[in-house]
Amino acid sequence: MSANPPIITVNRVSKSFPGGVQALDRVSLEIAEGEFFALLGPSGCGKTTLLRILAGFETPSEGGIFIDGADMGRVPPNKRPVNMVFQSYAVFPHMTVAENVAYGLKVTGAERKQIPDMVDKALELVRLAGLGDRMPDRLSGGQRQRVALARALVKKPRVLLLDEPLSALDAKLREAMQMELVRLQDTVGITFVIVTHDQNEALSVADRIAVIDQGRLLQVASPAELYEYPESRFVADFIGKMNLFEGTNVGCEDGILSVLVNGLGRLDIPVTEMTNSDVGLAVRPEKMLLLDEHPGDAFLAFPASVDKLAYQGSETRVFLTNEKDVSFEVSVRNASRDSAANPFRGRMWVAWKHADTLILPD
Amino acid sequence: MIGTQGKRRVAGPLEYGRRMWVRLSLWATLAFLYAPIVILVAFSFNDSKRNIVWRGFTFKYYEKAWNNDALIEAFTNSLTIALVSTLISVILGMMTAVLLWRFRFPGKAPFEGSVSLPIIVPEICMGVAMMTFFADIGWPRDLPWPLNLGAITIAHISFSFPFVAMVVRARLTHFNPELEEAARDLGATQWRSFRDILVPYMRPGLMAGGLLAFTLSLDDFVITFFTSGPETVTFPVKVYSMIRFSVTPEVNAASTALIMITIVLTAIALRLQNRT
Repeated sequence: MSANPPIITVNRVSKSFPGGVQALDRVSLEIAEGEFFALLGPSGCGKTTLLRILAGFETPSEGGIFIDGADMGRVPPNKRPVNMVFQSYAVFPHMTVAENVAYGLKVTGAERKQIPDMVDKALELVRLAGLGDRMPDRLSGGQRQRVALARALVKKPRVLLLDEPLSALDAKLREAMQMELVRLQDTVGITFVIVTHDQNEALSVADRIAVIDQGRLLQVASPAELYEYPESRFVADFIGKMNLFEGTNVGCEDGILSVLVNGLGRLDIPVTEMTNSDVGLAVRPEKMLLLDEHPGDAFLAFPASVDKLAYQGSETRVFLTNEKDVSFEVSVRNASRDSAANPFRGRMWVAWKHADTLILPD
Repeated sequence: MIGTQGKRRVAGPLEYGRRMWVRLSLWATLAFLYAPIVILVAFSFNDSKRNIVWRGFTFKYYEKAWNNDALIEAFTNSLTIALVSTLISVILGMMTAVLLWRFRFPGKAPFEGSVSLPIIVPEICMGVAMMTFFADIGWPRDLPWPLNLGAITIAHISFSFPFVAMVVRARLTHFNPELEEAARDLGATQWRSFRDILVPYMRPGLMAGGLLAFTLSLDDFVITFFTSGPETVTFPVKVYSMIRFSVTPEVNAASTALIMITIVLTAIALRLQNRT
């Protein structure tokens, strides 16, 4: 066994619902102990189904789940070493905050004398100390969320499952809670598995992210790897913004891939892997430069005219098209105040380094 | 002079209380609903054998009703039947509601329809059906009290539990299933999460349904009339038989007492419901 054995093993799990909906299609992945793991995908992609299978509320049609080495096949939700924070928080409305947190301890027969102490500690952990006597309807959304967290964490689960926990909060609070989740996970050292459709959220909280689309697992990687080296068009497009140019492979020799792109002509790109199929070329908007002159051989550069500017505070998005109607989106950082009065107009060179070109197989 | 200004001002769009025809229809409705009851209560204090002319204030008919052993016996019977049938109706109705809310099974739609059938079927038909049913199966008629009330109690349960089921079922549509899942997730068994989460959620519905069942049972005449024997007279049946001799203030007094009991019980139930 390695130093960090997987705490969760998902082994070729499929799930189809009555009516022929295939929610999951042979998904396999391993989550290491102590990881902050995100399941990311558009709504209806099956990520919540996978989380509910981990919690025991759904049973896989095929395949198996192992938590902490034990097969969870016939283990009911109340016997699993995991706890969940629900999307609606599911705070019991007829119990006080403290009773909510104590509930999981009470039903599993914890030592009665120790419960108040454990509850207090859990409330302190989520910064709700002193609110134990409140009824849930007197709490804000963010506070209710913390109750749900405390209620799950007080059980000291091996894994904490979070189902879109921040989707109901407004943007500012959501960002604060993201940092709070990271801090919490650091403090308690429990493995967190979070389901989200918000790529920013996944990128900022998770150690590793699994991207799921239409029930299929597309890529599992660290945030930076996922952003800089997406393996498919879906991942490239879903995470962040991307300029995508479809090309025809016209030859691959001596580490140079030649691609014919409609409207851009023939591009020669240094590659490490040979391929004979057609490819897509992808470039992030912030990797592109807007210049008055061609920058030289290290760059790919195309003339285009500026159509539209979208000022967004920290950056300005510049939309351009060339004479063959190929469009570019370039993002320029507003590094100083002067950049607000930006000089982007008329015809300019859109340029990027060869190395920043992503090659996506067909 | 705000007062005079206010009088001249035209009534605002939402100031219904300041429109003549709205006030009129309000008072007409109240009179329509409550005038008979007010008269019933007022004449229970009338110092006269007949119930037509006011002859002065007295409590003596309350005393007379209190000392009327047959009336008190009927009253006891009614209360006993109402309590037992309410208790069983609430349990049965709750179980039916949860069944219809949670599970899918073949024949669910016809089953759901058949549950509300006792609400739709004319009472007189229910009464006749109950009478012939108990006669056909040879239900024993000479049991000691309170077992002799069994037939009536069963009849009452059969028409009041659907009301409980409907009220509770309506409440359950707004239940967030994640609450029960959360309880399960925190370690509760199915039974425990039902007891700790679902039952408290249903409580207002159970209260309302129970109250409905109680009042339905307490004042039911038609079905009871067909299923009761000479030993098992209930309050409404007794009142009916008293009225056939003469309408005395004693009947008024007994009825007023019944109204008071239902009002007090309703108030208690509402108070209990609001506390949670």
